[in-house]
Amino acid sequence: MTAPSESFLELRDLRIHFPTEDGLVKSVDGLSFKLDRGKTLGIVGESGSGKSVTSLGILGLHKDGRAKISGEIWLDGEELVTASQDHVRTLRGKKMAMIFQDPLSAMHPYYSVGSQIVEAYRIHHKVGKAVARKHAIDMLGRVGIPQPDRRVDDYPHQFSGGMRQRAMIAMALSCDPELLIADEPTTALDVTVQAQILDLMTDLQREFDSALIVITHDLGVVAELSDDILVMYGGKCVEYGSAEDIFYRPEHPYTWGLLGSMPRLDREPTERLLPIKGTPPSLINVPPGCAFNPRCGYAGRTRGRSTSQVPELLETEGGHLVRCHLPRAERRSVWENEIKPMMEST
Amino acid sequence: MRKTNVLALAALGTALTMGLAACGGTAGGGGNTSSGNNATGGAAPTAKHNDAYTKVVNASDAKGGTLKFALSDEPDSMDPGNTYYAWNWNFSRLYARPLLTYAAEPGDAGLKLVPDLAEGPGEASADGKTWTYKLKKGIKYDDGTEVKAADVKYAIARSNFTDELTDGPKYFAQYLDSGGYKGPYKDKNLDDFKGVETPDDHTVVFKLKAPFSEFDFLVANPQSAPVPQAKDTGVDYEKTVVSTGPYKFESHEVGKQLNLVRNENWDQATDTTRKQMPDRIEVQFKQNAEDIDNRLMAGQIHVDLAGTGLQSAGRAKVVQDPAKKDSTDNPFTPFNRYAMMSTKVKPFDNIDCRKAVQYATDKVATQAPWGGPLGGDIGTTAMTPTTVGYKQFDLYPNGADHKGDLTKAKEHLAACGQPNGFEANVAVRGDRTKEVQVAEALQASLDRVGIKLTIKKYPSGDWSAQYAGKPDFVHKNNLGIMIAGWGADWPSGFGFLSQIVDGRFIKASGNYNMMELDDKAVNELLDKGIQTTDSAARNEIWAEVDKKVMESAAFMSFVYEKTLIFRPANLTNVYVHPAYGMYDYTWLGVKQ
Amino acid sequence: MPGSDPPGHPGRTIVVAFIVRRVIAAVLMLAVVSMATFAIFFLIPRALGQTPEGMASRYVGRDATPEAIQGAVKRLHLDDPLLVQYGRFAKGIVAGQDYSLGPKKAECPAPCFGFSFNNNQPVWPTLLDRLPATLSLALGAAVIWLVTGVSIGVVSALRRGSVLDRAAMTVALAGVSLPIYFTGLVSLSVFAYTLGIFPGGGSYTPFTENPVMWFQALVLPWITLAFLYAALYARLTRAGMLETMGEDYIRTARAKGLKERTVVTKHALRATLTPILTIFGLDLGLLLGGAVLTESTFSIQGIGKLVIDAIRGNDLPVVLGVTLFAAFFIVLANLIVDVLYAVVDPRVRLS
Ligand SMILES: Nc1ncnc2c1ncn2[C@@H]1O[C@H](COP(=O)(O)OP(=O)(O)OP(=O)(O)O)[C@@H](O)[C@H]1O
Ligand code: SF4
Ligand SMILES: [Mg+2]
Repeated sequence: MTAPSESFLELRDLRIHFPTEDGLVKSVDGLSFKLDRGKTLGIVGESGSGKSVTSLGILGLHKDGRAKISGEIWLDGEELVTASQDHVRTLRGKKMAMIFQDPLSAMHPYYSVGSQIVEAYRIHHKVGKAVARKHAIDMLGRVGIPQPDRRVDDYPHQFSGGMRQRAMIAMALSCDPELLIADEPTTALDVTVQAQILDLMTDLQREFDSALIVITHDLGVVAELSDDILVMYGGKCVEYGSAEDIFYRPEHPYTWGLLGSMPRLDREPTERLLPIKGTPPSLINVPPGCAFNPRCGYAGRTRGRSTSQVPELLETEGGHLVRCHLPRAERRSVWENEIKPMMEST
Repeated sequence: MRKTNVLALAALGTALTMGLAACGGTAGGGGNTSSGNNATGGAAPTAKHNDAYTKVVNASDAKGGTLKFALSDEPDSMDPGNTYYAWNWNFSRLYARPLLTYAAEPGDAGLKLVPDLAEGPGEASADGKTWTYKLKKGIKYDDGTEVKAADVKYAIARSNFTDELTDGPKYFAQYLDSGGYKGPYKDKNLDDFKGVETPDDHTVVFKLKAPFSEFDFLVANPQSAPVPQAKDTGVDYEKTVVSTGPYKFESHEVGKQLNLVRNENWDQATDTTRKQMPDRIEVQFKQNAEDIDNRLMAGQIHVDLAGTGLQSAGRAKVVQDPAKKDSTDNPFTPFNRYAMMSTKVKPFDNIDCRKAVQYATDKVATQAPWGGPLGGDIGTTAMTPTTVGYKQFDLYPNGADHKGDLTKAKEHLAACGQPNGFEANVAVRGDRTKEVQVAEALQASLDRVGIKLTIKKYPSGDWSAQYAGKPDFVHKNNLGIMIAGWGADWPSGFGFLSQIVDGRFIKASGNYNMMELDDKAVNELLDKGIQTTDSAARNEIWAEVDKKVMESAAFMSFVYEKTLIFRPANLTNVYVHPAYGMYDYTWLGVKQ
Repeated sequence: MPGSDPPGHPGRTIVVAFIVRRVIAAVLMLAVVSMATFAIFFLIPRALGQTPEGMASRYVGRDATPEAIQGAVKRLHLDDPLLVQYGRFAKGIVAGQDYSLGPKKAECPAPCFGFSFNNNQPVWPTLLDRLPATLSLALGAAVIWLVTGVSIGVVSALRRGSVLDRAAMTVALAGVSLPIYFTGLVSLSVFAYTLGIFPGGGSYTPFTENPVMWFQALVLPWITLAFLYAALYARLTRAGMLETMGEDYIRTARAKGLKERTVVTKHALRATLTPILTIFGLDLGLLLGGAVLTESTFSIQGIGKLVIDAIRGNDLPVVLGVTLFAAFFIVLANLIVDVLYAVVDPRVRLS
């Protein structure tokens, strides 16, 4: 093991592989990043790029023996990959918590919303049921559920989608976690509710000075919240940088694709400017060279290296990292001369 | 064929002598004679297969213990007046004494009737239409009251003349001259029942419509056991039967369990055929048939009440294990399993075609479905070996190995005008596996001489009402051969033959003379026999009838059926009673 | 507004209304069941040409005289029109009926299911007499199979692929595929007749008579019957548990920092057991209508043994009685299961 991390959260070369009947699924394959308290990291990427696996990996929820995990996860000075399952369990909920994708299925259908929050609270706080219940009502109120004292005994199916998402947030925040991971907290919500939820999360983050990871397909969401943005493709980070770097100086063809396909208010939501052709890569038989090469319009400009050599994640400048064989100058000129004008023209 | 029967005869002969030597003619001495048997019959542990067939096995004077019976079925009724099961005619004697009963002897001697409730056999009037029985004095019911002649009369009236008691045979209704008697439930005045008279408390007089020389056999039926009118509860009487035998009812849960205990009012001095060994007798009904065999072999129960023998799994165990086999007996049942050839269906209307079948049949093959030699001896006559009057003969010897005499068969085919064989149908009860297998064996046999059989299966439920027992149907469907079986209600030639060979019994439906044999000689012999009071002369006549029937070649016996019954080591005083083809249930005791 | 419903458990009035509606439906269903049974016994044979005499000939002795058969036809009313026969039956249930025993009439007070054609015993007391045996067998076996089946299923699921899992599932496969008739006779032969640890077949004794004997006699039947169901339930539980353990809410429970044991018992089991509870209720209801094979194999005089013998003996009143009895238990089990389900799963509403 290398030296302890100075950051609040640091991943070093994290790999999470699943042996399956079809072969080894390399869901996360060498991921590294750092995150400090009070900061927000946005992770973006297509479906299947390994975002959820990464977050579950941080929470230690892949430690049931089926996944092969290597690398390091440093949280507040502790390494979690080698820590005992039981120890990591004591950190869950309190030190780090997660807001799950799809709250309908993530909440137990047979228990009331309130009791699920009470349960989360009482794991880490030795208090009576009545106290915990008051706290649950309190939390529901803070995430904006009207009449929380009445709704506390409702079951998840009696909540609307937005309310469920809020309840999920209330549950995750009930123990004031220092690290909060929100996995697509706003997908399937309408735009106004989306905005409310995002506001809520940033408010709460500010209040508790916690570190926040927001995972999404939706660049618009991260743009609002994030300090830094990590673009994932096929289990790897392909571009990392500050929000400005990613939005104004993106250097990776995949990021260009993501930006181009960003839904905007002036367009039909389904209509995309630069759709990324093809399908996400197989995580078992990763294409040789750059995993993105079958779908990349610029692979031809690298003199064959894109299909033969795995590109490394290299710093272009000031903490902005890119994984691409295109020479830096060419990347910049393509962005400036080809991509940006096209996006602005519409 | 011949060999088997010689052996069977020899066995019966031995049985006879042994029985006579050991029991001195009657079993009257009870305990004394059984110890005599013990001395001559050898020590119990060395009992061999079929030992109980010829002598008393495990003879013992030890009283006490509980004798346990199990039955896979439930009885029609435990009411002696309302039952038609052979085992129940045996078992009910434990608590019901008819006027006469069979001698307590193995072998032929056991087919002799001896007095039970009566002092002696019936005295027939000169015209043979009046039969008088004198009752023994001092015979009591289990409540201590004395048996009266009127109770016998009442028992006959209730069992034969009511709509409610339907399960037993109705011979008395058939033979008694009772006018339009409505039965005791509709007409409570017993004086209106003219078929039976009771001039005094110890005399019963039966008035018959026509002479009937075998009337003694009829009164050996449990229906003649007395029932006091005041105690009769109709169909419910089976719960509270009043006992005259060595055991009385303790409790009876219908279809579940019957418990008997000693009847202190039974007097051994009045009874020459029964013993009173166990303290209790318990009967469980509706028990799993396979499990009954296992419980027998484990010694947990003593007798399979039905007396029809082991199931196939149990048989297999016995066949494989000589020690187990020594604990079994293989008696004849009253049943003959046979084929009848219709004398009215072409080409079986020609006797030579029938004879061809007799010769061509492989009787070893048709014996196999019954369980091989353990399931029955190959038969050649209509009467079975345990019928009084039976004589062994074989009119159609089909080879030394019984596998058929094909040369003779072909000769008769030629004589019948079908030298190359013919096509015909064989009818069988489709839900009786063994009978279907017999039909298949017959099919294969006859195929060898060009007779092509088609097997027609009919349900057994309506077999006699709608199919093989309905001559119209038989003719229309060209049922040339029908596979059937018959067991008599009493072991005499008449009892066995009259229903199945008398031409005047051919009925439009429910017909058992399926071959439609209407031979004047046969009919006359039957009439003559039933009017002949001398039993020796009568038995000669039955043998003659059998011969005449076989001469018609319409009747072909496959086997005289046998069962394989298990005799647990802890059962005492065991012998096979020939009249029932099972152990004498009134003799049994248990080792403790 | 979803929030305006009373939260959680169904209200009392809803439950009462629900039960009343279901009871009415159940009575109607029982009527239909009894008519169908009637039809199977009378209508179909008649359509196939059977006469009342042919029918009656089954309930009288061998070679019965035509008079005896006519007597039986009259006594059993087999020559009445079907509707009249059914009407008499239905009336008997509500108002009782009389039956000729011979010298006097037997009174059969309501509910009178009639008298057996074969042994003339009133059906209703017979049913009540046979019920304790069936209850003892079914309930005892149910406890065994529920406990063993579910625990084996849970452990197998949690240790998926382990030697234990594979062994358990192999045994379970055997349990599901071996007929009770076979396992019953084998267990009797080994434990009763060879080792002598337990009493043999036919040894069932009512609890009230001798509790020790009752227990000893039932051990083998319980295990035999439970073996089949335990095998089924182990497979069901294992499959259900595997599915549940993959649910998102289990991941949520873990993410809260719950101990694994709590995750399994509080979160996973509850969801796994709910559908199994439904099946359990129905299985038990069915069994109360008679465990035919087990009762036959071990010669236990219960409802199942009664009905199989009655079917073999064409004993319509008994068959009808047991059918209604069994249907009643199934309906009851359904009702209880539906109410319970609504209590256990807040998403389900009684309607
Ligand atoms: N337990 C597992 N066993 C095998 N493969 C797995 C397992 N969990 C995840 N994967 C695979 O890992 C890949 C990454 O999954 P992940 O859920 O992290 O995607 P994601 O980026 O969160 O996608 P989405 O945006 O759809 O949520 C997927 O291909 C998935 O099939
Ligand atoms: S390395 Fe090649 S294929 Fe990969 S992103 Fe860069 S240009 Fe495209
Ligand atoms: Mg995801």
